[in-house]
Amino acid sequence: MKTFLAFITKEFRHVLRDKRSLLILLGLPIVMMILFGFALSSEVKNSNVAVLDYAQDDASHLLIDRINQSQYFSVQQYLHSEAEIERVFRQGKVRLVVIFPQNFQEDLLHTNHVQVRLIGDASDPNTSNIVVNYASNIFRDYQNELSDNKKLPYSIETETRMLYNPQLKSSYNFVPGVMTLILMLLGAMMTSVSIVKEKEMGTMEILLVSPMRPLLVVLSKAVPYMVLCFIDVIIILLLAVFLLGMPIRGSLLLLLAESLLFIITTLSLGLLVSTIVDSQQTAMFLSLVGFLMPALVFSGFMFPIENMPLPLQIISNIVPTKWYYSIVRAIMVKGLGFSYVIKQTLILVGMTVFFLGVAIRKFKIRLA
Amino acid sequence: MATVHVENIKKTYEKGTVTALENVSFDVKSGELFGLIGPDGAGKTSLFRVLTTLLLPDEGQAQVAGFDVVKDFWEIRRIVGYMPGKFSLYQDLSIEENLNFFATVFNTTLAKNYHLIEEIYVQIEPFKKRLAGKLSGGMKQKLALCCALIHEPKVLFLDEPTTGVDPVSRKEFWDMLDRLKSRGITIVVSTPYMDEASRCDRIALIQKGKILELDTLDKILGRYTQNLYAVDADNRYQLMKDLRMPAEIESSFAFGEEQHVTLRTQENGERYLTNYLTERGHTSITVRPILPNIEDTFIKLMLENQ
Repeated sequence: MKTFLAFITKEFRHVLRDKRSLLILLGLPIVMMILFGFALSSEVKNSNVAVLDYAQDDASHLLIDRINQSQYFSVQQYLHSEAEIERVFRQGKVRLVVIFPQNFQEDLLHTNHVQVRLIGDASDPNTSNIVVNYASNIFRDYQNELSDNKKLPYSIETETRMLYNPQLKSSYNFVPGVMTLILMLLGAMMTSVSIVKEKEMGTMEILLVSPMRPLLVVLSKAVPYMVLCFIDVIIILLLAVFLLGMPIRGSLLLLLAESLLFIITTLSLGLLVSTIVDSQQTAMFLSLVGFLMPALVFSGFMFPIENMPLPLQIISNIVPTKWYYSIVRAIMVKGLGFSYVIKQTLILVGMTVFFLGVAIRKFKIRLA
Repeated sequence: MATVHVENIKKTYEKGTVTALENVSFDVKSGELFGLIGPDGAGKTSLFRVLTTLLLPDEGQAQVAGFDVVKDFWEIRRIVGYMPGKFSLYQDLSIEENLNFFATVFNTTLAKNYHLIEEIYVQIEPFKKRLAGKLSGGMKQKLALCCALIHEPKVLFLDEPTTGVDPVSRKEFWDMLDRLKSRGITIVVSTPYMDEASRCDRIALIQKGKILELDTLDKILGRYTQNLYAVDADNRYQLMKDLRMPAEIESSFAFGEEQHVTLRTQENGERYLTNYLTERGHTSITVRPILPNIEDTFIKLMLENQ
């Protein structure tokens, strides 16, 4: 036990004295949270809109005002001919062009039918979809106001409620994502690099020629990183709650416990890497390409897994980040209890046991 | 009784294509300071790694303090002190932190075993807060020796402890080894410096994985009488070239300020060399017969084994 403690002290000294890795360990989560929170938002706000108003009547003016007032749009310019549409899109100045036909109000009130054209810039398909949807909503709202007094013969009214995230805030999506990525990257990379460093520096040679059980050597190396990763989880949660105003709906204790489990999973993955690899560079490369890429692609954080072709969907199951991401979302966003994440938890436990088992089996008690 | 017993050890790398050790056998007596002398790549480090249980030998067997290096490796790891050839302490920890850490690894404390390392440690103690990576070569080696000694090992394996260390520190280092020996610790040390052979009780000359000769230095030197001359002249470069030409000359090596030359025929070597060099137009020629030192002997052995 004393040896174990000495090891942990030593390991903390390594980390605290290496300013660069400390910066990565503690700075990366903060930078990522701030980036995703403020810069890399997938919410579409303040899109520039151009208007081609052939009608110039009260109704069209009212609608243009509404569009301009909405937080999603700002009306950038008024066009005078269809020829100009192509030009503004080419210049990339606007995302959406709204075209009101002649006699807009008159037709609307007398024939009960009028067409407004929305032209989006689909060079960015997701955004243009969202933008067109927002705009359509504004028109639908207006139409509903008008028809309040009259009874339409047939009408289906859809009442939409966005559960768990009514304001459709992107932080609900990226906070679990950032947590998953950070833990995967730091947990696996830092542990493997630090163990491989002992091999590279030759200190492993001395440690091997000592009564210390090699397994203890490796496990004690993992402990400080477990603590640091856990601190990262807390930093991310604090930033999420106090900076981005995202509530933690479920049990905080459960969330922390699951995070700890996932940290252990990534650490054992790091151990596994360190038993295979002999240089710090290879360890880092393997962690970045082998873990970060799949973590990004297959966690469901950036790309919905349901949209992937079947083979990729199957592959996604062996990526631990997918399961942790779904656990965090369930607890944090949906406020679900343990019974809803048992399956994911068991899968993570299974993966951890597997990684650790292979790492222990592959661990060399000699140099070659 | 032999503290280290090595019997027909064979070690190959790269699936047997590279031979590091070939049928190496020797015994190190208890309390002996035993030197492995050989150039880089001779197999010294491989041998150390086999003896410290870091590598498995392909063939043969070896015991350290009566324990088999393959079967009883846990026991061996407990009682040996090992200093690898490359400086292998934590560069980002201070002298004190390194020592304390290795003391704990061996289940002891610095305070408890301070007397073991005191003589060496006092020399570096003034810098105990300094990071190991910032120490000079000599201080690094002293620290590494302290770390290898902290658990009072029965056998000490030092792999090239003086490589890259200044001559003064080298001498100090060997003085320390003498004192450790007087405490009864068996020491196996390797070095590429031939001049350090005289500090060992017995030496093994090793090259290309084979032991060429094994005995006390005097006995080895006495065994190889050579027809050896130290030759010097004004134009050293021309001298070197000229001494390579005649078939009479067996070998010629630059050695400090002189050329060491051995002749095939025993008779009148001095006169032969002087005449030959005068013929070649050399000036201020000196030729004197000398007794071979360890380096001359090693070169001779090396040539014989090629």
